[in-house]
Amino acid sequence: MAYFEGENMTGGYGNGPDIINSCSVKVERGEIVSILGPNGAGKSTAMKAMLGLLNLKSGSVKIDGKDITMMSPQDRVKEGISFVPQTKNVFAGMTVEENLEMGAFLVLDNYKSIIDEIYSLFPILKEKRNQLVGELSGGQRQQVALGRALMIRPSVLMLDEPTAGVSPIVMDELFDHIVKVKRTNVAILMVEQNAKQALNISDRGYVLVTGENRYSGTGQELLNDPRVRSSFLGG
Amino acid sequence: MDFLNAIILLLNYIFIPALTYGSQLALGAIFVTLIYGILRFANFATGDMMSFGTMMAILFTWYFQSLGISLGVLPTALLAIPFAVICMIFYMLFIDKFVFKYYRFNKSPPVMLAMVSIGVMFVTQAVVRIIIGPDDRRFFDGERFIIKAGEFKDMTGLNEGLALKSSQVMTILITVVLVSLLFWFLNKTKTGKSMKAYSDNEDLALLSGIDPKRIVMITWVIAGILATIGGVLYGLDKSFKPFTYFNNMLPIFAAAIVGGIGNPFGAFLGGYVIAFSEIFLTYAYKKFFMYVLPASMEPESLIQLLSTDYKFAVSFSILVIVLLYRPSGIFKGKVL
Repeated sequence: MAYFEGENMTGGYGNGPDIINSCSVKVERGEIVSILGPNGAGKSTAMKAMLGLLNLKSGSVKIDGKDITMMSPQDRVKEGISFVPQTKNVFAGMTVEENLEMGAFLVLDNYKSIIDEIYSLFPILKEKRNQLVGELSGGQRQQVALGRALMIRPSVLMLDEPTAGVSPIVMDELFDHIVKVKRTNVAILMVEQNAKQALNISDRGYVLVTGENRYSGTGQELLNDPRVRSSFLGG
Repeated sequence: MDFLNAIILLLNYIFIPALTYGSQLALGAIFVTLIYGILRFANFATGDMMSFGTMMAILFTWYFQSLGISLGVLPTALLAIPFAVICMIFYMLFIDKFVFKYYRFNKSPPVMLAMVSIGVMFVTQAVVRIIIGPDDRRFFDGERFIIKAGEFKDMTGLNEGLALKSSQVMTILITVVLVSLLFWFLNKTKTGKSMKAYSDNEDLALLSGIDPKRIVMITWVIAGILATIGGVLYGLDKSFKPFTYFNNMLPIFAAAIVGGIGNPFGAFLGGYVIAFSEIFLTYAYKKFFMYVLPASMEPESLIQLLSTDYKFAVSFSILVIVLLYRPSGIFKGKVL
């Protein structure tokens, strides 16, 4: 049994139609797992289901063997699940340091040491600590967003398209950071559009089509799979 | 020419009254901006909530007076403020629980909440009129002046007197202390910062584990303190009349918008911008020019740009000009 897993999840938003159909996703600690697929495949929805942002009609979500299917997103944060949304993932009107402090809102004891850890992970943030996040570049903002999510020392980190809208160079840099985070024994689950690069750093991947698992395997297997290549990786 | 007398004249009739009036507006404007920043709607019940708080303070003042309790030279109302604040907070939380909460839960658009607040305004207005009536009431007791105009003239030998009312000094002192405390709270404490975060990005605040119920409650508590103290200070300085408080909503909204709505420091400065503009434009400068110009050039008219009856036109014009040319307010930058 995996550390964090969604088993046969079926559901959609509100009373609308089902977007994911018995979709299963598993992540171990210290592992990067990517969810890939064409537009509208339900990638983000699958992730949001695991965060608790939609009601599942069937299936379950478990962390470390504990069933959290009925928990609210806020309570899941307390279980150590951190989420970085695709957009609006920073407090733009606050400084870098204040963003990190807000990430540590649930940490009751001294969080100064965690801030120092984040600064050693993302040195640029230390330099810009007193600057408003709204004034930073896209890549730096994503680092703030990652840093904020890491403040609770999560065991599971979920990233919704962390490289959307950044340049290829910044994208490589961000992926490097994500690998660094993985080495701190965090389970990382991410949804990505840049499938090739994402699979390169991923231990495993899932390809979703119309809300169902279509292919799964290690990053290399998927990269080399001719069916996956032709349909999602551009030959 | 007599510059010293001219300066005393301006201090006495423009500077000190504007500073006082500006402080009173500033407290109301911070109240508006806080509700807008965190609960995300324009609260049209602002003026009447302030009049509710003041009414409570007057009732407590009367009660203390009937018991023979007084603060000597200071007005009894100061003693009544803490009790009035508590009543005001309870009233606000009551309204929030039974009115605003429903719309917040259903994620109603801000304009709907603004309309709801107009309903709250009418109800509050009616409650105040039922309890205390629509009359003009003065509840200032204690020593009215710190320096009387006559005493000042005797002391300095100048023609112009500088009167300093204790209500003016109290207003300015209390505002400075209250606003400093508020900014310290918002910028330095964890709870204050979480309010800023909630105002900045609600969804991310929820994902960070910030409890929205607590934020909303603290917002109303702060709003209750600001509304009551702002209202009582205005009432002590002038007089308490529910209709005047309702009217004051225009300059208060203008102040909040001039400062960039959602920005408390902007609202604070905005209060003074509005107060000084109103008084500058409605003051009759005849006497001033009599002092600074040679006798041959003495003006015949009052040299008053606008009649005081039009003082609301000043805030209204500023409001329109700001919304047309600088809708984000003249002090841009940090929100909350």
